[in-house]
Amino acid sequence: MYDTIIIGAGMSGLAAGIRLAHFDRRVCILERHTTIGGLNSFYRLNGRDYDVGLHAVTNYMPKGTRRGPLAKLLRQLRFRWEDFSLAPQIGSTIAFPGVQLQLGNGLELLESEIDKHFPSQKDNFQQLLTQIADYDELEQQPFEASARQVVSSTISDPLLVEMLLCPLMWYGNARESDMDFGQFCIMFRSIFMEGFSRPFAGVRLILKNLVRRFRELGGELKLSRGVDRIVHDKKHVNGVVLDNGEQLPGKHILSSAGWFETLRMCGDVVSSSTRGPGKLSFTESIAILDKQPRQLGHDRTIVFFNDSDKFRWEQPKTMCDLRTGVICSPNNYWYEDVSGKQQQLSEGVIRITALANFDAWQNLPEEQYRLEKLRWHERTVTSAVRFMPDFRRHIIDTDMFTPKTIHRFTWHDNGAVYGAPNKHLDGTTPWKNLYVCGTDQGYVGIIGSILSGISIANRYCLQTT
Amino acid sequence: MTLAEIREEIIDILHDIAPDEDLSELKDDVDFREQLELDSMDFLDIVMELRKRHRVQIPEEDYGELASMHRTVTYLEPLLKDVARVS
Repeated sequence: MYDTIIIGAGMSGLAAGIRLAHFDRRVCILERHTTIGGLNSFYRLNGRDYDVGLHAVTNYMPKGTRRGPLAKLLRQLRFRWEDFSLAPQIGSTIAFPGVQLQLGNGLELLESEIDKHFPSQKDNFQQLLTQIADYDELEQQPFEASARQVVSSTISDPLLVEMLLCPLMWYGNARESDMDFGQFCIMFRSIFMEGFSRPFAGVRLILKNLVRRFRELGGELKLSRGVDRIVHDKKHVNGVVLDNGEQLPGKHILSSAGWFETLRMCGDVVSSSTRGPGKLSFTESIAILDKQPRQLGHDRTIVFFNDSDKFRWEQPKTMCDLRTGVICSPNNYWYEDVSGKQQQLSEGVIRITALANFDAWQNLPEEQYRLEKLRWHERTVTSAVRFMPDFRRHIIDTDMFTPKTIHRFTWHDNGAVYGAPNKHLDGTTPWKNLYVCGTDQGYVGIIGSILSGISIANRYCLQTT
Repeated sequence: MTLAEIREEIIDILHDIAPDEDLSELKDDVDFREQLELDSMDFLDIVMELRKRHRVQIPEEDYGELASMHRTVTYLEPLLKDVARVS
């Protein structure tokens, strides 16, 4: 009998597992895929290492910082700052027609950019900062208040509203068109006030440290073990039945599979059909270059682009929507080796994310799927070079992943990257000892998911005994 | 455990929770919250580590007794006096 069965070996499941195993609980993590990581996994192709979800680890804070989500999770998981080895970004850009805002880690650069490009909004932006601080401390606004409404009531230039929403929606908004104000505040802090970073070795460094720690503490991790159903009576769950028929009993179940996905495992079709799963999925077009992006005049870590004054955050009607996108270059971080010497990835990499339609990709016959990938890779790159130096003649290899790939790694309905629009912040479900963590609990991003696993495990699986 | 051993033990727990902190300069009469910016999650961890290592149960209403090193050691002394330190 396990004290806790965890569904999903992504960031949140692994983090929850570490907390529980550290305090001597008998815990098992079940993962349907052949590998760990969920959305934040990695793979190898043609001799190269690729990350799946990671562009940037948000919530960056330099070593020695005691406050903030990163410091909190390091303490909770008993890691040293070096175990994550986060290198800060060089700098990022929000690019709209005719105006660009530069971002660095910490608010300073964005504030001066707003003063420069939106002088009339200087005071309004300060007022928005106060509103965000008040939200944190007083929770005056409900989590699900409309971010568009709240922000527009303070920032009177609609273009600046769109430019502020664009990066925050791209990196963590499961809802179409608008955003929960609570989510807006979380993302605002993690991106604009804290900032971007990346380990030199990519997301695998973080995952390997999490798994190693979990195993050292006696946790069990079972890959290629999908949960077919959760066994329950009216009020309690008792265990799981795996796809292969194996039964595992457990006192608590912590699921990172997603809200609807989890309820479906309980055979709850009625409530799992109300208010719907998320619809927003992505393609990622990756190009390997024969030069470093900086040698081509591109020093930006991330570029969030939008080709009109209005930012549209919706499921595309066609395969992809190329009007907006995110360009990431993993080369453009300040990497240092242990002796403090600068280092660099061996090859240039450009990754471009576009909004994509899950059904359109999912339903293609194999041969056409392959062709569409090539076609949309080229179109995506063509769209992106409107906002950065043209790198096309330097491409030596490409890869692309689609909503279909995201579904394979996350098992989320619709390949929804950020899960369902309605979050379940307290983690509870209709069953007393079944909880959700991860994307659908409400914290997104690498740091967010890890904290989600920690906080739900603490609250329900550690403190109750 | 003697008072000095209890202090050692708490330092050990703090080092476990915050491996990046230099604890050699820790002042016993200043609150942990102020010196190390520990939050409620961290205090709960100190309590849980004490339970894990020494089977000491600390009721929630006593968490405030763990505010500083001095207060923690004083509070724990009667609870740990018959427990041998294992290191």
